[in-house]
Amino acid sequence: MSGIPHDHYEPNSNAEKWLHKRLPVVGLLYDTIMIPTPKNLNWMWIWGIVLTFCLVMQIITGIILVMHYTPHVDMAFASVEHIMRNVNGGHMIRYLHQNGASLFFIAVYAHIFRGLYYGSYKAPREVTWIIGMLIYLLMMGTAFMGYVLPWGQMSLHGTAVITGLFGAIPFVGDAVQTWLLGTSNGSVGQPALNRFFSLHYLLPFVIAGLVMVHIWAFHTTGNNNPTGVEVRRTSKEEAERDTLPFWPYFVIKDLFALAVIMAVFFAIVGFMPNYLGHPDNYIEGNPLVTPSHIVPEWYFLPFYAILRAFTSDVWIVMFAEFITAGIIDAKFFGVLAMFGAIAVMALAPWLDTSSVRSGRYRPMFKWRYWLLVVDFIFLMWLGAMPAEEPFATLSLIGSTYWFAYFLVILPLLGVFEKPLPQPETIEEDFNAHYGKASADGAVAAPTPAE
Amino acid sequence: MSNATENETTRRDFLYYATAGAGVVVTGAAVWPLVHQMNPSADVRALSSIRIDVSGVEPGTQLTVKWQGKPVFVRRRTEAEIEEAAAVDLSTLIDNDARNEHAGPDADAAAANRFVPGPTEDGLEGEWLVMMGVCTNLGCVPLGDAGDFNGWFCPCHGSHYDTSGRIRRGPAPENLPVPLARFDDDVTLVLG
Repeated sequence: MSGIPHDHYEPNSNAEKWLHKRLPVVGLLYDTIMIPTPKNLNWMWIWGIVLTFCLVMQIITGIILVMHYTPHVDMAFASVEHIMRNVNGGHMIRYLHQNGASLFFIAVYAHIFRGLYYGSYKAPREVTWIIGMLIYLLMMGTAFMGYVLPWGQMSLHGTAVITGLFGAIPFVGDAVQTWLLGTSNGSVGQPALNRFFSLHYLLPFVIAGLVMVHIWAFHTTGNNNPTGVEVRRTSKEEAERDTLPFWPYFVIKDLFALAVIMAVFFAIVGFMPNYLGHPDNYIEGNPLVTPSHIVPEWYFLPFYAILRAFTSDVWIVMFAEFITAGIIDAKFFGVLAMFGAIAVMALAPWLDTSSVRSGRYRPMFKWRYWLLVVDFIFLMWLGAMPAEEPFATLSLIGSTYWFAYFLVILPLLGVFEKPLPQPETIEEDFNAHYGKASADGAVAAPTPAE
Repeated sequence: MSNATENETTRRDFLYYATAGAGVVVTGAAVWPLVHQMNPSADVRALSSIRIDVSGVEPGTQLTVKWQGKPVFVRRRTEAEIEEAAAVDLSTLIDNDARNEHAGPDADAAAANRFVPGPTEDGLEGEWLVMMGVCTNLGCVPLGDAGDFNGWFCPCHGSHYDTSGRIRRGPAPENLPVPLARFDDDVTLVLG
């Protein structure tokens, strides 16, 4: 794999040879785990391991929770309390699962923004990026449906708001909403709880499948790295001066990072497990009373802010309503904007025209990128605010920058920007950062003073 | 010779299209039940009509009942409330549509177009107000006996409804809808 020249698995013992002839599974694992990895990877390349760990943790704790949970409107809330109070260690397992979702999203946002800065989405890694975006969408669907299961007030009324989004689709919206909820008037009840439970159990395994394809894709192209410069592939010797095998070098580094993150994670799970939750969800779901302020979980807030930003008094909404003769109204426009915000991100490989991969060598790109990061956090804050001024106008400004970054800035920068010189090789960059390296330094590039 | 070839081709094409067509139909027939099972089930559809005993509802009070998973307000209005609703100038309304399943799509939001006729001629005219208790803004449940117009007030985003359930101030775009409702006997209101 990876097209980078390296040593392949050779079966030694007779038993290994016997198996290898019949099923080369050991060879597959060996080549996967020994993949030549650019040796200049920095700490932003640890999130893949963290994400894999999250997926495994969520699946294991989730399977355990299902052993004690009852997906029925009259019993779901009580069964969650049963887990919290009666099941041996149940509270810890549930808090791990609940906060595990937040860790999962922290890691995925770090992972995505890493990719956006270092141009990991660019050719030839577009497929890796697209599959990653699919995984992200599935994660959001899974997290949303999981939040419904405790059947608290936020579960119930949040579901009403989110499924109402589908009701905004012109012509078929009502039919789609009826089909999703299994009730004809948009009420959220037993059918919704039951099917969301079923899908919440299914989707993580779909994600696991896509994760394998994601890994397969970037093992085919090789990893990106902080310079964006490709590993030399002309000979094994040159490739070896740019890379180190994934095992043990990067595995140990990633596990160290995971250990640090776990220390923080367990501190939160142990001492402040409900910090990221909403108290209203500890009130049993009641269709006759609405919580005064419905807010989604933190990881949805930026897109929730974009959804609410496009109200009927915004000129672009009025324009859309006018030219489509009212088919696209404010509500549907908001839904389109929300999904569009993710779609433009998925299209980044084709919207970014710059030939330089890494943001490190793109002076104009750099501060616009950091503004996007700030914009994302800004929108997250706005999503939690009530739908009134000045937050409505600020949301509109934040949403505009989000779309402008992908649809205007990325395409234009490739034309106007004058990139800084890039290093010739990964080895050169590595030596520049970590001093003179390698005993075989005969051809090592000169190290610039730092 | 060419005839024979053509015949053979035609025959093969026919079989090819017939097989593909049958395959599509069979696949569709197999998939549709898997999709359709998610639509409202028979017991959900059967609950589309319920009977409510309103004998305990005194003038100036209201009952909130759950119908098809959603709240319905049944209010027995006082004379003052009825008069207040009738006195409103329709041109000041945000939504001048009756939103009443009984009154046709063209009916305006006059108070007379929004109540449910009482069980007998003896009661006050327009005494019974029956509406879906779901704010037309984002689906919250408004509070009764509240707001600047003595009707309902939605605490989520501050929509005020008057004593006829019409939106008067706030972000909600429409009046509270009046569902199909009728009196079966003196004390029984039938929804749906």
